[in-house]
Amino acid sequence: MTETIDTPTLPATSVTASVAGLSGTATEAAIAARRDIFEKTEAAEIAVLTPAEAGGLSHDLRHALAARIAALHGADDQAARYRAGVKEATLAALADVGTTAQDPRLAAMLRFTDAVSTKPAGITAQDVRDLQGAGISDADIVRLAELNAFLAYQLRLIAGLRLMVEAAR
Amino acid sequence: MSDDVIHRFTRTVPEWRPRVVPVKLAEATPEQLEALQVTPSNTKVSDYVLVLAHDVETLKVRSPLFNAIMYGKGGLSRAERELGALAASVVNHCIYCAAVHADRHAQLSKDKTVTDKLFAMGEKADLGPRDRAILDFGMRLARTPHEATVEDVQALRDAGLDEGEILDLTLSTALFSWANRLMHILGDPVRKAG
Repeated sequence: MTETIDTPTLPATSVTASVAGLSGTATEAAIAARRDIFEKTEAAEIAVLTPAEAGGLSHDLRHALAARIAALHGADDQAARYRAGVKEATLAALADVGTTAQDPRLAAMLRFTDAVSTKPAGITAQDVRDLQGAGISDADIVRLAELNAFLAYQLRLIAGLRLMVEAAR
Repeated sequence: MSDDVIHRFTRTVPEWRPRVVPVKLAEATPEQLEALQVTPSNTKVSDYVLVLAHDVETLKVRSPLFNAIMYGKGGLSRAERELGALAASVVNHCIYCAAVHADRHAQLSKDKTVTDKLFAMGEKADLGPRDRAILDFGMRLARTPHEATVEDVQALRDAGLDEGEILDLTLSTALFSWANRLMHILGDPVRKAG
């Protein structure tokens, strides 16, 4: 009611909120033209981080792993954003790269996460068998892979948008 | 189980053998059936999608997102979106993804030489300046941590890509950084024996 804004309105998403200096740029206009993709990306973040059916990966654990994955990607701001979603202190520690867990199930998930994030090309059937051997169900293996895979997408989308804004300056 | 696992890049699409047990269609929940888009006239679902159905909430949002990024109207050409997908698939060594999308690139561009060179020479493939700029940016963005720079974006602009096209390229490479971590991690590309 108080003022009019004539720039394209962007969908309110984690990705667009993470890119500084978008306002008034050609990048902003390009995002507006692909508005549906940014809305669907936000829906994917919700499905991966806070699903209704979380299986063996609690919302807390998902946020801690997401923070760790972001840190492995060198995206410290995103690591902090996801870490803020971890309520349980013992799980928050897992957000730090290099930490391990006593629980064999958690330890296996951390090893897998580190490998899938940083060296996906080198993953073999043995890596999946190691998770199964630690007592992780096939459904949870898929959930863990999706968490890693979605983060790999979202972190690169944010990185690419930042480069676009910077290149236009 | 004497099928051969494929380790080399190829445009001949292999079969995909899951490393985890796929959801059984007969035991699927209503939510899974909806996400799988199973209807009485469409009961064919790939093992890959049946594996992803273990995480049905993600599958449900991922399929429309995938289609919007790869097939959305306007912007970067379909063939060049396939190149963005290939850049990630080569870096992540996803043999199955690379085969599917090299085949699509060859069909859409009516040209096999680009993917022939990419598979034979990898990152050093001698390509035209526009394809080169696309692959350089895509491959650097696909690494962990990513290595893409402002100079790579400038090279895309110099090669004639506009802002919308650069966004579409970023999206397709980022999307395959996702897809590769499912396809290459959760199964093996195989050639049926005999």
